[in-house]
Amino acid sequence: MYQEELVFGHPASMTDHYMHYCPGCHHGVAHRILAELLDEMGLADQAIAVSSIGCSVFLYDYYKVDCVEAPHGRAPAAATGVKRARPDNFVFTYQGDGDLASIGMAEIMHCANRGERVSTVFVNNTVYGMTGGQMAPTTMLGQKTTTCPGGRCQEREGSPIRMTELLSQLGGVAYAARVAVNNVKNVKKAKEAMRKAFQAQLEDRGFGFVEILAACPTNWKMTPIEANERIASELIPYFPLGVFKDVSQEEAC
Amino acid sequence: MSRIEVLEERCKGCLLCAQACPKGVIAQSERINQHGYKVVEAAAEKKEECIGCAFCALVCPDVAIHVYRTPKNVKEEETGHAG
Ligand SMILES: Cc1ncc(C[n+]2csc(CCOP(=O)(O)OP(=O)(O)O)c2C)c(N)n1
Ligand code: SF4
Ligand code: SF4
Ligand code: SF4
Repeated sequence: MYQEELVFGHPASMTDHYMHYCPGCHHGVAHRILAELLDEMGLADQAIAVSSIGCSVFLYDYYKVDCVEAPHGRAPAAATGVKRARPDNFVFTYQGDGDLASIGMAEIMHCANRGERVSTVFVNNTVYGMTGGQMAPTTMLGQKTTTCPGGRCQEREGSPIRMTELLSQLGGVAYAARVAVNNVKNVKKAKEAMRKAFQAQLEDRGFGFVEILAACPTNWKMTPIEANERIASELIPYFPLGVFKDVSQEEAC
Repeated sequence: MSRIEVLEERCKGCLLCAQACPKGVIAQSERINQHGYKVVEAAAEKKEECIGCAFCALVCPDVAIHVYRTPKNVKEEETGHAG
């Protein structure tokens, strides 16, 4: 008999709970790479997740870590309290673009500016997914949603907000990057960016932020494959991938 | 030889794995799971071509693929025959 080796299995820190996401939803990929990092970095026992409101609201079902469910947009404020009360724990928020860039804009800006030692995973799918695909601050110009049925118009609704660029201007931010999970190469890069954002917290350097461009096939009214392709054809040209800030240990206060 | 195991009750038939596979191993099956999704499989005539790269599993949004690899040398040493 030959010896067979499992080279890709279920991350230990992830429960085997069936995920409620739609087919082709990139929340699932983001969840898995986050879990792989909790395992690889030995963080599962000390991690506290602060989850948000949106399609990822059931995040607590999917990880074997303690979790605080924050009111809409308030995850960075709740995470601030958790981290300050439990400085030895690894604290992360997981938020959608409606949650983080709309109702929670103030909380994320101030949390980042204060340089809270927390890490934020920001899933930008350009819509409010959970509530039926309303326009978000990140909706692309011309993109049709239930609240801009004729397409987002710059004159009326402004331009899509590039959160990673904005946050990278703030003093408390140690690491800020934008990634995608639309192909194998980008999935690998996304995981490395998340690892660096987590390290910024573990090495007490400041706030870490990773924006993940994500497909929402349901509200984009596309097949999973079409939605996946839209990431490269429409989103990346406007939301460029890359590391926007990476402060080394020496530079931190 | 390498192979994949599709966890049929997790699969949602999105086909992102099929698109990512460099060997064209994965195809839609005729089976529908309890959630109503038409699940994928390693097609009978193609599954021998799996190289265990795990590209399919890396892009799967539902952690529905496990990948197994058998190092060639181990196989030859222990079984005494190649292939
Ligand atoms: C205070 C409050 N206002 C509004 C809502 C309704 N609501 C639930 S989810 C959501 C938007 C979520 O969108 P996003 O953060 O982009 O996450 P996604 O579902 O796309 O992953 C809204 C507006 C709410 N739950 N609470
Ligand atoms: S509505 Fe969009 S974001 Fe929500 S689970 Fe479905 S595909 Fe994912
Ligand atoms: S990527 Fe995953 S969920 Fe989608 S068809 Fe393949 S195995 Fe099924
Ligand atoms: S492991 Fe690689 S070759 Fe095998 S089915 Fe998956 S993508 Fe295809």
